[in-house]
Amino acid sequence: MIEIIVPGALTTVQDAGRAGHAAEGFPECGACDKYAMALSNLLCGNRDCLHTAVLEMTLVGATLRAQRSMLAALTGAQAAPTLNGQSVPMNRPFLMKAGDVLEVGAFSSGLRAYLAVSGGFDVPAVLGSRATDVKSHIGGLEGRALRAGDTLQTGKGDTSARRLSALSRGADALAQKPWLLRPSTPKGFLGDAVMPLLRAVPGPQDAAFTPEGLEAFTHGVYTVSPDSGRMAARLSGPTVASVHGSDILSDGIVEGSVQISANGQPIVMLADHQTTGGYAKIATVLPCDLPVLAQTRPGASVAFRFVTPAGGMQALRLERSKWSYMKEQMP
Amino acid sequence: MELHPVGVSGVLAVLGDAISEETGARVAALREAVLRAQIPGVTESVPAYASLLVRYDPFVTDYEALCRQLKALCGALSASAQETGRTVDIPVCYGGAYGEDLPFVAQHAGLSEQEVIALHSAAPYRIYMLGFLPGFPYLGGLDERLFTPRLASPRTKIPAGSVGIGGQQTGIYPMESPGGWQLIGRTPLRLFVPGRPLPYAAGDLIRFVPIGPDEFEAIAARERGNRA
Repeated sequence: MIEIIVPGALTTVQDAGRAGHAAEGFPECGACDKYAMALSNLLCGNRDCLHTAVLEMTLVGATLRAQRSMLAALTGAQAAPTLNGQSVPMNRPFLMKAGDVLEVGAFSSGLRAYLAVSGGFDVPAVLGSRATDVKSHIGGLEGRALRAGDTLQTGKGDTSARRLSALSRGADALAQKPWLLRPSTPKGFLGDAVMPLLRAVPGPQDAAFTPEGLEAFTHGVYTVSPDSGRMAARLSGPTVASVHGSDILSDGIVEGSVQISANGQPIVMLADHQTTGGYAKIATVLPCDLPVLAQTRPGASVAFRFVTPAGGMQALRLERSKWSYMKEQMP
Repeated sequence: MELHPVGVSGVLAVLGDAISEETGARVAALREAVLRAQIPGVTESVPAYASLLVRYDPFVTDYEALCRQLKALCGALSASAQETGRTVDIPVCYGGAYGEDLPFVAQHAGLSEQEVIALHSAAPYRIYMLGFLPGFPYLGGLDERLFTPRLASPRTKIPAGSVGIGGQQTGIYPMESPGGWQLIGRTPLRLFVPGRPLPYAAGDLIRFVPIGPDEFEAIAARERGNRA
């Protein structure tokens, strides 16, 4: 068991999400940065990296007390975590004994950090997932964000010194190739600014926009707005002009769908997005590029690049091969 | 039917450009055909007013192959598509504490409360899609005499089971939530219980059956007993 002493800004139980129930109106939810979520599981020895539940923390991490021994790993946003006041590294497994206090603290860069523990956070699965859906009040702990005083069951796992040292050797091997620790999303450069170049397949309603609107979208620099959250990253930048307005008959949307709002600004749907929407969608960001967007703070910039579906698949294959290599490095 | 890519793992099949009973029935029929065909790699399909989003695992199938299969399924849809879907009866206690906006809706329509109830519960409604909340049905076919503007400012808390009218649509709030529709009644059925399937799906028809407060409380008590 783990006890929450301080919950942080927004801490929820998440996994890869509740896929397959959009027709009934259930949003997918799940971790916003699925790369970092899976990595946290991999590092503490949870082989089912996508379906083992972790904690997602936002901007300011939680302080927690272990009530029995477990291995843990922190990934994602850059934090300066301490265990009983002693610094512990990110992206590397460590042992928490009964009574140990982990303080994750505020993040120096990035938006979302993930804490995995050996055996995972054991909350009841709802429709095949443990992800918290705060709007429908299901999943996670009572369908809500964690509060001080909450306790969470954790699964069983091997916490022996031998297991920890084998996992640590694997983590060291990964750390020698730092590009493995983060998604391979390309970067764009503008003057002295560096920003993620989010790759997106045009459609399904790219024809609703003028040639100038499409050009603005693929050549403009967009800033993440402060009103972004787990539902969507709202962006502001060059206006994406539409031919007859951006209202459409509501249709199905996916994580990564880029809606263009009535005032011509992109809204990229993230994990908690609604299942249907009524704004025209200019493009869909590749799933392998969403983690980087989920870590981009309000005020920072991103840009978009169109890719063909074949080009998108190539990116997905490369990401998948990275993961098979990483899994081979871990015991 | 028009087909458009949704990233690397989705196809949007568009069957029309307006809300109509005929298009809604075709969407429901195409969804049933997709489910029946059990196409390898297809992970889910999401119906909306005039389209079906089909999602797939791009490591199992691809856009071109799926488009070919969808065209074949669409071409084979029978003319009897209108008959798709079950009819699900939803008991509703109208007015009073169960639907506090019924007097406003009646006044706005220039009808008596009894006439509003009779109109609202007359014909079955097609469920075009579920969304906004899990199990929230977007229903087509509201009698135009009952079209009523939404509340100027939404309520912060609407009880689960509330039946409302918002503009040209009617629907049910499956769980407690904020909302801006005019509330005309409430069903005692517990529509959303985690772990229990919803009593209806997109493509089905919903028929509202008027009941009195006694029956409401009797069914509500039974529903509490059934709890998960």
